[in-house]
Amino acid sequence: MQTLLYAVLLLAATGLVAAVVLYFIAMKFKVDEDPRIDLVAEKLPGANCGACGKAGCRDLAKALVEGGNPNLICPVCSNEEWAGVADMLGLHADTCEVRIPVVRCQGGFLYGIHKSTYEGYNSCAYANTLHAGENGCKYGCLGLGDCTRSCPFQCLTMDPVTRLPQVNEAICTSCGTCVKACPRSIIELRYKNAVEGRIYVGCRTQDKGAVAMKHCKSACIGCGKCVKGCPVGAITLENNIAYIDFTKCIHCGACVKACPMHAIVNTHPIDPEAAAIAEAAEAATQTVSATAAASATASAAPTATNAPTAATATNAATPTNSTNAASTQPTH
Amino acid sequence: MKTFQKGGVHPNDNKLNADAQAQVLNVDGVLCIMVSQHLGAPSVPIVKKGDKVKRGQALTENTAFVGSVVHSPVSGVVQNVADQSDAGNFTQPAIFIQPEGNESEDFISDDPALERDIKLSPQEIIDRIKEMGIVGLGGACFPTHVKLSVPKDCKAEYLLINGVECEPFLTDDYRLMLDKPDEILVGIQILMKALSVNQAIVGIEANKPKAIALLKEKAKAYGGITIEPLKMKYPQGAEKQLIKALTGREVPSGKLPIHAGCVVQNVGTCFAVYEAVQKHKPLMERLVTVTGPMIKEPRNFLVKIGTPISALIEACGGLPESTGKIIAGGPMMGKAISHLNLPVTKGLSALLVLPKEQAHRGEQQNCIRCGKCVEACPMGLEPYLLHASVRNRRWDLCEQHHITDCIECGCCQYTCPSFRPLLDTLRLGKNKVNQIIRNRNTPSK
Repeated sequence: MQTLLYAVLLLAATGLVAAVVLYFIAMKFKVDEDPRIDLVAEKLPGANCGACGKAGCRDLAKALVEGGNPNLICPVCSNEEWAGVADMLGLHADTCEVRIPVVRCQGGFLYGIHKSTYEGYNSCAYANTLHAGENGCKYGCLGLGDCTRSCPFQCLTMDPVTRLPQVNEAICTSCGTCVKACPRSIIELRYKNAVEGRIYVGCRTQDKGAVAMKHCKSACIGCGKCVKGCPVGAITLENNIAYIDFTKCIHCGACVKACPMHAIVNTHPIDPEAAAIAEAAEAATQTVSATAAASATASAAPTATNAPTAATATNAATPTNSTNAASTQPTH
Repeated sequence: MKTFQKGGVHPNDNKLNADAQAQVLNVDGVLCIMVSQHLGAPSVPIVKKGDKVKRGQALTENTAFVGSVVHSPVSGVVQNVADQSDAGNFTQPAIFIQPEGNESEDFISDDPALERDIKLSPQEIIDRIKEMGIVGLGGACFPTHVKLSVPKDCKAEYLLINGVECEPFLTDDYRLMLDKPDEILVGIQILMKALSVNQAIVGIEANKPKAIALLKEKAKAYGGITIEPLKMKYPQGAEKQLIKALTGREVPSGKLPIHAGCVVQNVGTCFAVYEAVQKHKPLMERLVTVTGPMIKEPRNFLVKIGTPISALIEACGGLPESTGKIIAGGPMMGKAISHLNLPVTKGLSALLVLPKEQAHRGEQQNCIRCGKCVEACPMGLEPYLLHASVRNRRWDLCEQHHITDCIECGCCQYTCPSFRPLLDTLRLGKNKVNQIIRNRNTPSK
């Protein structure tokens, strides 16, 4: 009995001493950390993608709690989530436009004119140091998938047929990791909701048209037809390549029709209201030319009458569009 | 027999055209001279469309210290100054010359007689070498005058001559040693004078007994030059390995051979130096080996810089049907080319045509941790570890494990039983780490 008692007492005494020692050590080496950091970090997506410019989500949380940098924003959070974070810290939340990457190359396996085969380490960054590409275009997609591997949300996949990256818009969080991963800056982030869908020039070549056509069947040859066709002047032509300013684009699809190389990509059906504007603009230019040449009036007249009918046809679609616009308004 | 101790591999040497005498190949038609054919600052063309050029006239200028120029190998008219796609299909500026007439610059001497007296002073020799556009003909094309300008805090003790030709298939250096031994030896003496060293060692691998015997015989007439047969091992032709093999010295990590008191030059460069200094001839032509297991007649050609390589292959009986890959250079370090519309440049030592069955890589498998790559690495690196670090983008680990010391010889990839792309990843990592170091060293604005 006595042995048992000694054992228990000895153990209790050792425990007590250890507890006291541990307590003082813990006091001595205590790291003071704002408990809000953990709370904020919990609210963040936890993907550690680095889109905010910090090393990871916890790093962002720390920076937010410490304050001092008003320009921090997490593009991965939805606006509501971000507002929640701001409420917790008593801050005002800026909203951030949701964006979607567009792959500005259509070369790939279908349209690229292949002249050689790359055999080596499966990395665009490495292949970019070795050769211009299998089709010879030094601006085009190398098709080895650095972007797909870099995506922390697995929303980019390599299309097995075209060998170009495909964006799954439903999962994309516009973190921009793929933009940084591409050694040729082919991927660009565009506003998701400015207008429904995106229209962009699916080519980056700065070669002259004749050279570009040797590399790719779908290259921008810098002809300028899209520039002339655009009713809102959103397209500029520089260094043999057209660029669509997505802040001005009204998604009318005039450039898509005008491009002889099918280099302009449209991701969604055309907004009929915008198409009507484009057609009206086109009709206006045609009637101007028609007054000069009387014989052309007959052909110009139907288009002129067509324009209003197209506009009335859009009326049915307008309410849904305007609700779309209304729902996107607060996020602007 | 001497050799370097650490690492190395023994590929089959395959010197198919060792007995093929060097032939002069003259090709009619337009020559395409790449504007920058050296390592360093890019040159600027100084001729324009329609200009008449003489043989030996400088076509470009370069004001940078690490820079070199090119000269017209023919007399003719500049047809165009335009872009030409290189081996990787990237476009580079080039000068196209239509041969016409037979005018040479007056200073060039075409007298074939050997000239042994060196009249120029060391500084004049270095200036002449720069003016005549001599670059290292071993393949890297590093401007020769830069190597000869020894920094003030260093002293050159040895001049080492690389006659090793450790790359399989290549025979151009070997043919040069057999055909022009006296010229090479005079070239070595010129370089010795320029560096003011009194010892030169020529390293030649044991698979070239004829060249060793011939040069040993001839070298008796020239003071200070010794011929050293070396055991066969790849990459013995790499600077640091050759220094280790011939002198036993080791170049410290991140330092140049001159910090070990050595300057290394290729035998081809020695011949070019002889021509430039004694005959006042710019570097306008070079020996190129055209070889491959399926090529009908593997040959060695003396061709003008700018000759289209398709003409070389044509002269060897055309491209075999089974061709899977054409490599500019040797099989270990050469670069596969993506089209045949390429001109001969100063750095092109060989064209290797491989049949389909030899051209492709094996299927990549998992690393089995056998350590063969570590054993093979002549720089004492751990390729498997660096490979994994690069794949995980751990550039800090790469730097810590000296990825910048990699000489890109390819021994690791050659020896890997799982066919892993070790060299590819190491090159990528080396580029990236060098970039990071450069950014760190340049103060931010």
